[in-house]
Amino acid sequence: MIKLFKNLGKKEYGYMVIAIIFIVIQVVLDLKLPDYMSEITRLIQTEGSVQSIFTQGMYMLGCAFGSLLSSFIVGYLATYIASKFGQKVRDKVYTKVLDFSMAEIKEFSVASLITRTTNDVGQVQMLISFGLQALIKAPIMAVMAVIKIAGKNMQFSILTFITVILLLILISIIISLVMPRFKIVQKLTDNLNRITRENLTGIRVIRAFNAEEYQTDKFNEANKKLTNLQLFNQRVMAIMSPFMSLLMSSLTLAIYVVGAFLINEANLLEKIDIFSDMVVFSSYAMQVIMSFMMLVMIFLIYPRASVSAKRILEVLVTDNQIKSGKVKIGKEIGTVEFKNVSFKYPDADDYMIRNVSFKAKKGETVAFIGGTGSGKSTLINLIPRFYDVTEGEILVDGVDVKKYDLESLHQKIGYVPQKAFMFRGTIKENVAYGKSSQPITDENIQNAIAVSQASDFVSKMDDGVDSFIARGGTNVSGGQKQRLSIARAIARRPEIYVFDDTFSALDYQTDFNLRRDLKKYTKDATTLIVAQRIGTILEADQIIVLEDGEVVGMGKHQELLKNCTVYQEIAKSQLSEEEL
Amino acid sequence: MRGKRNSVEKPKDFKKAMLNFMIILKPYRLLIIIAIILAFIGSIFSIIGPDKIKEITNIITVGLRGNLNLNKIKKIALFLITIYLIGTICNYLEHFIMATITNRFSKKLRNDISDKINKLPLKYFDSTPYGDILSRVTNDVDSMSQAIHQSIGTLVNSMTLLIGSVFMMFYTNWILALTAIISSLFGFLFMIIILSKSQKYFLAFQKELGKLNGHIEETYTGHSVVKVYNGKDLEIEEFDRINNNMFTSSIKAHFFSGLMNPIMSFIGNFGYVCVCVIGAYLAIKGTISFGVIVAFILYARLFTQPLSQIAQVATSLQSAGAASERVFEFLETKEMPSEDSQVKYLDKSKVKGEIEFKNVKFGYNPNKLIIKDFSAKVKPGDKIAIVGPTGAGKTTLVNLLMKFYDLNDGDILIDGVSIKELTRENIHDLFIMVLQDTWVFEGTIKENVIYNTKKVSFERVKEVTKTVGLNHVIKSLSKGYETILSDNESLSAGEKQLLTIARGMLKDAPFLILDEATSSVDTRTEELVSQAMDKLTVGRTSFIIAHRLSTIKNANLILVLNEGNIVEQGTHEELLKKNGFYAKLYNSQFESIKEENK
Repeated sequence: MIKLFKNLGKKEYGYMVIAIIFIVIQVVLDLKLPDYMSEITRLIQTEGSVQSIFTQGMYMLGCAFGSLLSSFIVGYLATYIASKFGQKVRDKVYTKVLDFSMAEIKEFSVASLITRTTNDVGQVQMLISFGLQALIKAPIMAVMAVIKIAGKNMQFSILTFITVILLLILISIIISLVMPRFKIVQKLTDNLNRITRENLTGIRVIRAFNAEEYQTDKFNEANKKLTNLQLFNQRVMAIMSPFMSLLMSSLTLAIYVVGAFLINEANLLEKIDIFSDMVVFSSYAMQVIMSFMMLVMIFLIYPRASVSAKRILEVLVTDNQIKSGKVKIGKEIGTVEFKNVSFKYPDADDYMIRNVSFKAKKGETVAFIGGTGSGKSTLINLIPRFYDVTEGEILVDGVDVKKYDLESLHQKIGYVPQKAFMFRGTIKENVAYGKSSQPITDENIQNAIAVSQASDFVSKMDDGVDSFIARGGTNVSGGQKQRLSIARAIARRPEIYVFDDTFSALDYQTDFNLRRDLKKYTKDATTLIVAQRIGTILEADQIIVLEDGEVVGMGKHQELLKNCTVYQEIAKSQLSEEEL
Repeated sequence: MRGKRNSVEKPKDFKKAMLNFMIILKPYRLLIIIAIILAFIGSIFSIIGPDKIKEITNIITVGLRGNLNLNKIKKIALFLITIYLIGTICNYLEHFIMATITNRFSKKLRNDISDKINKLPLKYFDSTPYGDILSRVTNDVDSMSQAIHQSIGTLVNSMTLLIGSVFMMFYTNWILALTAIISSLFGFLFMIIILSKSQKYFLAFQKELGKLNGHIEETYTGHSVVKVYNGKDLEIEEFDRINNNMFTSSIKAHFFSGLMNPIMSFIGNFGYVCVCVIGAYLAIKGTISFGVIVAFILYARLFTQPLSQIAQVATSLQSAGAASERVFEFLETKEMPSEDSQVKYLDKSKVKGEIEFKNVKFGYNPNKLIIKDFSAKVKPGDKIAIVGPTGAGKTTLVNLLMKFYDLNDGDILIDGVSIKELTRENIHDLFIMVLQDTWVFEGTIKENVIYNTKKVSFERVKEVTKTVGLNHVIKSLSKGYETILSDNESLSAGEKQLLTIARGMLKDAPFLILDEATSSVDTRTEELVSQAMDKLTVGRTSFIIAHRLSTIKNANLILVLNEGNIVEQGTHEELLKKNGFYAKLYNSQFESIKEENK
């Protein structure tokens, strides 16, 4: 938590000091109020003039107004500091995450990173804004109020002390009963959500199996558990406010009753003193109790905020494994070479890729095929440095990828992921996304859309290339997203294309047309394709067959059909006898 | 960032929303009345309190100059303690009852929503995002129950306090009463102005927050694309812009909403001084006793408190009203037509397996027919393949067969009986359906295979998993059949596909629907899957949505779909001879082979 505060600048610390000064002013003024109250009481008792009571009243109002103004200032400063803190930390986390490589993203998971950047920062921000006002104010107030009353009357002090103790006992019992259950409530809510989600995603299956009742039973069970637990919590929590007001009213009553006895026994002179003490005490005692309650509130918020702070720090202190090099220009053009590359995922025991070597020359097409888990996607993900090789090296344009300035490396590559991703914005913005080595013109965009076989549906859309794509591309179909995602790579005219199993989601006809047009459009580009369908890769200059991360065959289609058993098996499962 | 709704959302029709509240709360009316009475008693007691304290003060004041009547004080104190205790118990019981009611109520509402999901036509889910329904089950129901929990008690309490304290103030002294009320109202005017400002800022803040969250979600999920396309600087620039806007709106929103409490306490002090000064004037004139002033100070506090509470209840009722509108809108959505009148029933053990499509017309949108006039007759044991490019609407036919959607015109007959005359449950009973998007739920492998099929022995489970070639994989898992399937990827996509086939095998039915898409599965697993599927088709009339054309050559009938229309139908040979769309589609996968072989 403390470490995060380093993100506050000098200005914020300055503001904080000013805020503290005003908090002290506010507390002093607040505590001055009962003094005036007692003075007014005394004046009324001694039948002072209305004039003097009015004067005292004005003093008191002045104090109250001063306190109001101070709390405005404190409020503004606290929100400023907290908001600034939130802004800075969020910015840091965000920049850090964008710098992360795939390994770090996977380690945290995207969902967790999102909550860390949004909710967690929000939690800490809330603690700061609340804490600044309460954490500083409460102790100052408690101490000052205690000082004010401590000298005055033993009996009243003891009464207040007992009330505070009772209050603390009450609160700690409630917290110890409810807190652990709160965590379970969260889990049960997630559970209920999960079952509902399952109901929705599996709706066809559920209906086909007439399993509505099965699902309903499951839901009801989870719902019952959640409700029962929540009911318990709420019933316990309900104790809080009635009993707290009971304690407070009892304290007032006790002060008055004890006061009556004291006055009865006191001599004439002391009587009025005790009386005004009594009136004042009842309000100071309230202040003391209030400040204790404020502190308790902090104890309620703090654990959550501290967990959040820890989660934010985890992101900030994680070292990015992939560091950018300095080289901007390669020695060759359009070549990719793997030299004895082996790779294992961080924390994994086993190698995912073992000793792979090959070279793709300018304009060549190299295809990778193999079963799920054979490592073909992992292999090409090493080229844009989503991960770094464990052993060996990868050369792009004759230079080790680790030596490249990351941006320059990425500019050489047109990468299309397995799962198409769309940004919120127009089709044009999506296709022209990012920074490329040469500016992307409207003509490039049109060509890219045509080559990726997307012009049909794009021209049918209301605004053509200016049509709007919703967040996550929910308003276009999966196949359309895939084609636009391919267009994005084509538009920047890279030296090297990397297709990570991009074509499997397309039907054969589109797959065929797309590859045919792409070949025409980019004669010089080097293409690396991961594929599942033999049809996609028949014409490749080199086909690399992978199994369990090792190369078990390399060559052209016809050669592999003759001498590679794994390839034969794959081919057999896809093509009929006559086609072979 | 679905489900994050701003706090000041207003219902479209507040009256109707409140009426809905009344209706759902009707079963609990007796308990609610008890709760209201309890809250009322509790509040009355808190009004009596200050009055009695006033008496004590008066006695002490008198005692200052002479003898203190301790006995009377003792009596009052005893009375007060009793009242405090009873009040506390009443208040707690009221909270207790309300907690019980709201929890029962939200449990029922959640169950209703969950049941409703089963009763809605599939069409509904085509246009409604899951997140939307999910947020109704949790967020909306929660905000409704919270509002009910807080508002009924608070409203009764505040109203009683307000009316009671006003009454008591006027009863005690009308001049001081007017003083207290006027001085507080003056403060409230000020507060209302600030509140309306802060609401506006809060809306703006919520909007910026939504934008920021959206941007974060988008760039994190598309991280690899942002990275490789060097979009980082661009995204950071955009982020900074939104983050900055959010900073500005956050300050405004939080600053203004933070003003509430200080202003409240200032109003309290202001009232205090006014009451004291006027009170002192009156006391010196001898109109009132000093005790009246003390009591008035407490009344003034009692008076300001409920006003702000009522304002809070009003906003929380408003957002709950908006939530209830969403919930009821969902609960009132038109359900699938009732099937009580359906009299015909097909016993699955006696069904021959004949299906006839008769001039079927259908469109998801009634103005846009997707299937224009489709007729075909399927004999028992036939294998029907449905082929076509991506997005041609292959699943539409399946949807119609399963009566997931109703036909616009024409009819489908199973063994000569129209599906319109059969219940959906009956029809579903006749079909085994294996879909391409493998659906598994969080539970053990065994539970996932058995699902809701009744009386299945563990032996049988092992048998079917063996048939689909999954037993080897399951055995290699440390917990075997008891392994819990969740996000931890203990099974690959292909293996999950095999699991759903095994699930289908447990069900015995005369018809089979297979969606054999296997794009997420490698080709050798695919081989396994298709072998398993072949075993399923034996002895059943089956419909296969085919993706690999090589496997369907022996189908008795191939239906070729394009852009939602059935463009051709016939056997493999017939269609090839026709040299039309199917032939083109079929050849495209070998085009390159032919070119290369030349």
